[in-house]
Amino acid sequence: MIVVLDRVACARGGRLLFTHLSLTLAAGEAAIVTGPNGIGKSSLLRLAAGLIAPFEGRVTRSGRIALTTEDLALDTERRLGEALSFWARLDGLAAADRRVAAALDTVGLGTLTDVPVRLLSTGQRRRAGLARVLAAQAPLWLLDEPGNGLDLAGVAMLERAIADHRAAGGAVLLTTHQPLELADARTLALEGFVAA
Amino acid sequence: MSVMLTLIARDVRRGYVGGGAGLVCGFFLLAVVLFPFAIGPDRAVLMRVGAGAIWVAALLAALLPVERLIAPDVESGWFDQIRVHGLSLPLVMALRIVAHWLAFAPPLMLAALVAAGLFGLEAAALVRVEAGLLLGTPGLAALAVATGALTAGLRGAGGLAGLLLLPLALPLLIFGAGSGDMGALKLLAAVSLMLVAGAPWIAGAAIRSVRD
Repeated sequence: MIVVLDRVACARGGRLLFTHLSLTLAAGEAAIVTGPNGIGKSSLLRLAAGLIAPFEGRVTRSGRIALTTEDLALDTERRLGEALSFWARLDGLAAADRRVAAALDTVGLGTLTDVPVRLLSTGQRRRAGLARVLAAQAPLWLLDEPGNGLDLAGVAMLERAIADHRAAGGAVLLTTHQPLELADARTLALEGFVAA
Repeated sequence: MSVMLTLIARDVRRGYVGGGAGLVCGFFLLAVVLFPFAIGPDRAVLMRVGAGAIWVAALLAALLPVERLIAPDVESGWFDQIRVHGLSLPLVMALRIVAHWLAFAPPLMLAALVAAGLFGLEAAALVRVEAGLLLGTPGLAALAVATGALTAGLRGAGGLAGLLLLPLALPLLIFGAGSGDMGALKLLAAVSLMLVAGAPWIAGAAIRSVRD
């Protein structure tokens, strides 16, 4: 199993968001978390990433994680390629620059390697976030609203990237408000307190 | 090791490229220049207050980068990614202290040479001032990082950082400005070491509490 959430409860700011939520993702699996704003979708991803501790229950992971959220976490004054290479080098994998170049090609930003991050549009920033995930080569992808700001071609690219990752034995947990075509993906609808 | 060097290199680069180091040195020299205007051109007086004035100016200059030292990385989710990469926040904050020191202390010590000339400090006094800065600036860097983390995301963070940092830096100022004898230098080193040892834990906990 790549990630197991065992009867977890999440409380934020003194408010209980959900309880008794269980989810297991094995290699090749994907789960889409849906629900209204503020219900705890992003918090669920942060739980899975280990950024916050569950109020109750247990989260276990095996292997590395790649996370993308609306917070880009890239140095805005640096060139896109350099900014992404920084994170790739932290992963300690060989040929960081080459992996970043390949990831940028995949997300359609191959020609913008030398452009400062601050000049990227919203959609391009989203693609850059996905490029970081691709370059990390982590088994578990945690994607928070990855389709936001993407055009139709971008959404298709995202769906392809997720399918390729699953085919390669990875798992994906993502939140979204927009329909994404992901074969055999489970849907986890958060409705407050308990996942339906 | 390469991960640590990558983190240090990134922060040092930000310190120099972002103009932080130049700003600190410029402010330091400007503050130092004000003293002779305020207390007059009496050479003996200037020589006597020189070391203290240099330390006060260094302390005030060290405040400048505090607001931009941690907060932008908290806001951009940089620290979330650091944690996702499995790196410990205290370690990352310790490296940031090293990087911040590398970005602001050497230029400041160079600028102190100019300041010493303005006050007419003799060679022996200059060596003592430089030795004091060498021992004291790591503590100042540690305080700046801890203060930056504690005030990250708060309204009026810049002013609050000053209110937090300056009282805590008093021991550095006292032993640094008074580093005329070996005892003061030893105490300065001890205070600096204590701050460097404690600040990463405080800064790491502060960032965790902001993002949790």
